[in-house]
Amino acid sequence: MKQQNNRIDVLHRRYVASLRKEKRYVRFYQLLIFVAFFALWEAASHYRWVDPLLFSSPSAIWALFIKKLADGSLLVHSSVTLFETVLGFVLGTLLGTCLATLLWWFPRFSKIADPYLVILNAMPKVALGPILIVALGPSFSSIIAMGTVISVIITTIVVYTSFREVDPNYLKVLQTFGASRFQCFKEAVLPASFPTIISTLKVNVGLSWVGVIVGEFLVSKQGLGYMIIYGFQVFQFTLVLLSLLIIAFLATVMYQIVAFIEKKLIKNR
Amino acid sequence: MMSFLVVHRISHTYFTEKTAITALDNVSLSIEKGEFVSFLGPSGCGKTTLLSIIASLIQPTEGTVMLEGEKIHSIHPSVGYMLQQDYLFPWKTIQENLFLGLKIMGIDTAERRKNALSLLERIGLQGTEHYYPQQLSGGMRQRAALVRTLATDPKILLLDEPFSALDYQTKLKLEELVWQTLKDYGKTALLVTHDIGEAIAMSDRIFLFSAKPGRLVRTFLVPGELRQLSPLDARKHPLFSELFQFLWKELDSLETAK
Repeated sequence: MKQQNNRIDVLHRRYVASLRKEKRYVRFYQLLIFVAFFALWEAASHYRWVDPLLFSSPSAIWALFIKKLADGSLLVHSSVTLFETVLGFVLGTLLGTCLATLLWWFPRFSKIADPYLVILNAMPKVALGPILIVALGPSFSSIIAMGTVISVIITTIVVYTSFREVDPNYLKVLQTFGASRFQCFKEAVLPASFPTIISTLKVNVGLSWVGVIVGEFLVSKQGLGYMIIYGFQVFQFTLVLLSLLIIAFLATVMYQIVAFIEKKLIKNR
Repeated sequence: MMSFLVVHRISHTYFTEKTAITALDNVSLSIEKGEFVSFLGPSGCGKTTLLSIIASLIQPTEGTVMLEGEKIHSIHPSVGYMLQQDYLFPWKTIQENLFLGLKIMGIDTAERRKNALSLLERIGLQGTEHYYPQQLSGGMRQRAALVRTLATDPKILLLDEPFSALDYQTKLKLEELVWQTLKDYGKTALLVTHDIGEAIAMSDRIFLFSAKPGRLVRTFLVPGELRQLSPLDARKHPLFSELFQFLWKELDSLETAK
């Protein structure tokens, strides 16, 4: 008996070790790609395999990063864009969820609105940019509106679909207790759709970045989108690439935060 | 004196764009207080439709339902309903699930909460209050669902094949438990089932339905000897298999008659 236990112990340890080995293997190659990418880029630029004026180089970007960080302008640009994106993203998600609630609450309204939702969803929202700028002025608000508009319709559609797909038997349970429509919504429809709402958050992170950056292309005097446009106009591609890398970094961080919230909120399912 | 629950000339037709399917055709029956009755029949006989009508979840095309002499039009607090599966809300703890009915009905008092928890204990689930449903087995969850239904203290329980999703052993145990609990609390119960054995073991009377359209064909009174016994003991009684054979033939003849 004891021997058997020992044997299982050994097997278990071996299994755990193999899991760790696999993980290390994956991590190693991820790191390798990262290092190789930047090393190759640096080398390509250094030995003029590519035009350094166009593609810059990691070392030049790094130097610019340090410089911009020191004079404080980078922090300002980044925080402006981050603020706009977070706001656009939160507004888009909230508005979309509210619209989905309206559609659920008034089934006839949803039938009437259906073709218009399809059209709005199919239309490229960034094309609304000029109109938004004229309507709201070339400022913060039109950029935030871009970040919102780009995600609100898809959120509405996805969340509304999930509202409708809630198992009717949960509603039946509530109805047998005489629940009102509001109680059905609060006790079953909304909590059952929570995972969907959170996963639209993940999509909206990406969309809001698109909206905000395009918005900044069009109007702003500040922000990472502005840095890109400015760098492009004065042909300073180191600045463009620096902005790109920062956007990639911030978007990833935002995504990870949402993923973390998702894990916390829906651990019980 | 009028019966506890009276179903009077109920007919129900489901309409779609292309079809009009009559699920129930002129069904009348009455149930006395404290009785345990079963609706037995093949699938498509409208027994679940009738249950939903009694619960006022759907309005019948024709006919009326009366509870204690009063017509019921909308969801009635005296009627409790139990579904085929537990449908405990996975994002709520067992305790929150139990109090759900109280909360919805606006009768969420400390005393009723205490009752619900003591009922949970009685039914053998003490200590699970703060668990989430998925931490319990299927049988335990269905028991918790029973407590949720009983927590609002309904006078009549409508059971819509509540044991059909469970494995056989759990099912037998749960039949026993539900039967005992309902007897102890003097509840009237109405069980929908297609399981002949379950109908005999648990009920005082059995209503036999035919399908397409759903009609009440016959009513069987379960012999007194069996009624006295709990479901498990009833299944062992010689009369049980006799009645089983008899009902089997009846159901069979209904199907071949079509």
